[in-house]
Amino acid sequence: MKKLLASTALMLALALPAAAQEYTPDPNAKPGGTITITYKDDVATLDPAIGYDWQNWSMIKSLFDGLMDYVPGTTELRPGLAESYDISEDGLTYTFKLRPGVKFHNGREMVAEDVKYSLDRVTLPATQSPGAGFFGSIKGFEAMAAGSATTLEGVTVVDPATVRIELSRPDATFLHVMALNFASVVPKEAVEAAGADFGKQPVGTGAFRLAEWTLGQRLVFEKNADYWREGVPYLDGVVFEVGQEPIVALLRLQNGEVDVPGDGIPPAKFTEVMADPAQAARVVEGGQLHTGYITLNVTQPPFDNVKVRQAVNMAINKERITQIINGRAVPATQPLPPSMPGHAKDYAGYPHDVEKAKALLAEAGFADGFETELYVMNTDPNPRIAQAIQQDLSRIGIRAAIQSLAQANVIEAGGNGSAPMVWSGGMAWIADFPDPSNFWGPILGCAGAGEGGWNWSKFCDKELDALATEADSFRDPADPARLAKWSEVYVKAMEQAPWVPVFNEQRYTMKSARMGGEDALYVDPVSIPVNYDYVYVTE
Amino acid sequence: MPVYLARRLVQSALILLGISFVTFVLLYVLPADPVRQIAGRSATPQVVENIRRQLGLDQPFIVQYGRYLWGLLQGDFGRSYLQKTDVATLIAARLPATLQLMAGAILCELVLGLTMGILAALRRGRALDQGLMIVSFVAVSAPQFVVSLLLLYVFAVKLGWFPIGGYGTFAHLVLPAVTLGILGSGWYSRMMRSSMIDVLRQDYIRTARAKGLTRARVVLRHALPNAVLPIIAMIGIDIGVFMGGIVVVESVFGWPGIGQLAWQAIQRIDIPIIMGVTLVSACAIVLGNLLADIVAPFIDPRIRLK
Repeated sequence: MKKLLASTALMLALALPAAAQEYTPDPNAKPGGTITITYKDDVATLDPAIGYDWQNWSMIKSLFDGLMDYVPGTTELRPGLAESYDISEDGLTYTFKLRPGVKFHNGREMVAEDVKYSLDRVTLPATQSPGAGFFGSIKGFEAMAAGSATTLEGVTVVDPATVRIELSRPDATFLHVMALNFASVVPKEAVEAAGADFGKQPVGTGAFRLAEWTLGQRLVFEKNADYWREGVPYLDGVVFEVGQEPIVALLRLQNGEVDVPGDGIPPAKFTEVMADPAQAARVVEGGQLHTGYITLNVTQPPFDNVKVRQAVNMAINKERITQIINGRAVPATQPLPPSMPGHAKDYAGYPHDVEKAKALLAEAGFADGFETELYVMNTDPNPRIAQAIQQDLSRIGIRAAIQSLAQANVIEAGGNGSAPMVWSGGMAWIADFPDPSNFWGPILGCAGAGEGGWNWSKFCDKELDALATEADSFRDPADPARLAKWSEVYVKAMEQAPWVPVFNEQRYTMKSARMGGEDALYVDPVSIPVNYDYVYVTE
Repeated sequence: MPVYLARRLVQSALILLGISFVTFVLLYVLPADPVRQIAGRSATPQVVENIRRQLGLDQPFIVQYGRYLWGLLQGDFGRSYLQKTDVATLIAARLPATLQLMAGAILCELVLGLTMGILAALRRGRALDQGLMIVSFVAVSAPQFVVSLLLLYVFAVKLGWFPIGGYGTFAHLVLPAVTLGILGSGWYSRMMRSSMIDVLRQDYIRTARAKGLTRARVVLRHALPNAVLPIIAMIGIDIGVFMGGIVVVESVFGWPGIGQLAWQAIQRIDIPIIMGVTLVSACAIVLGNLLADIVAPFIDPRIRLK
């Protein structure tokens, strides 16, 4: 009984704030209308188990739902397909009560079996999901990854409206994981009927359904009239025109043919747009969970010397690099961006101090500097940023040769450890979910430091990894003690300086004059670039 | 003729085999791992290995290439790594747009190139000739990226005569076709000029003039059909030149053809798509050349097939 009371109390404690955060729809919102969004690249796939780029991320969010969701325009969790949830005292068992009467686009009601099927599917190696690793804390994940099981041991269907998920270790981020696209609920019959083409014929429970997809030309979403959330979506449809250069998209927006340029304002046009008051008024700015950083390969001399790494940190003029991208960022002090819980506000990072950097380098035995290589992705503005870094380094005697390569080549050089320094621009930088742990595991923790991993500085501190595991063993992700622990992890990591955090990018987008809805919906931190479910047109 | 055709077909097949081999080798030794792209940054080493095994990328080169060829023989171009769709379907969806663009471009380069070449030949050594030859030089050397943006800005944005990029109607076709055609028109005008000058020197032209035919009649009825022959044979070869330009032009104008598909695949190292588009383009070039060689003797009987 005591246990029941305790778990009920915890459930209320966790569920009530979530319920209180329910979104209040805009009273001015009017239903109807269709908007046009453009993109440079064709959409790769709309299969939620596979799609993993920022372009299809928000599209998938509009077609599918998971057990958890976010309050529009924010990073606050709220229940999605789960009406409520209960967490056991030890933090190892999550019981989700499903919302009744939710229907897939094919008309069938969604039940607990679908949740189980979807989680099994995303973790089965045959699915080749890039998100499978997120589900590592569910009991039975290892057996799935090894191919010795075809269903997750930890996921149980209690009854058609209840699903229980057992974890093999406490995981404070688990509710965020349930809000990831990878955890979207899909109907088995539709997946099996479409086979490998499910990504082109998606069926979900989302606010929109896919009405048309002409390869290389356009995708048309139409309103799901049976959507389970009251009153949304407002729009009758969204047309995504693909294959359009950002600069052409901007010209079309200025001509009134496009409502939102999905790739944003092209850097070359940013100053021009902001100089025109009429256009600047339609620009929306928002923070994002992003940090641009330089990795210093701690396993390679001379970066195996902490003083060299600290000297590099002090040599970089972050303010000037921020100017290169027209001030669309704030200089960074630490791995976590300011809008991320756990960001250490009191930690000022390394100051820009050339003399001190020189002194540190001399102490490390490199008074005359040394030669090294800086890898960078070859798309603007990254090569320009690399040149600024190169200049800053030259002031303390470090002669860095720039290796400007295609994205895949930089990822390879970073992963196999051959790159002494990598400027992260354009790759591996935006958080998958708004929790400090997401900046650790793959890019700073020991797990990502192996051959081919995304921890390109190859930094692996067992003590900090243990501290990180402790922080993730809390039940409540927002527990101040947990966030303090995370701050400690990142500040201690910065003492060893495996990275030079350079800037936290701000996101700028533009909308046509007829678009309505809060600005936050256009820079939604989890539905990039637009939260299609809640925006509307005014005419 | 049948012997010649059979020999050329075998040659073409060998060329395509060679191209497939070279492309496969290049993609195999590329310092980038497609599995990393597919697996993403949160993948465990085990997941990465599973994907590698499923795609057969853990096999030796010769096995991978053999499997690919075997698939090709059965008409299977493989499945895109990232889109998880048949490459043949993706290419088939985009090929019509590229063919339309090519047809438009060929028409454009012939009209522009031949007109400039004829006028230059008729005004040989004068200001018009020199002016046109400068224009053709600029046309040949201007980067297509610049030309396409310039045309887009002037004729679509400023004058509003054409849509700003996109696909669907004849109006959408004009600017990308002209961009692509401008490059070819430079070559054609120079070739047409020298060919025309050559023909105008011939005795039968002098005879025609001596008979008192009008200048227009001499040029259009007697000189042009002969001067244009070597140029028509060039069209097939031209397809190869187009293939390079199509990537740029399709990207700028948002034209949903295979050039755009190839560009996106290269950025994401989606190897099956890159292989597929390369082979389809190579086929087009090989067929174009073959066609040019076969048609040439029909147009000009002095050429014989051996």
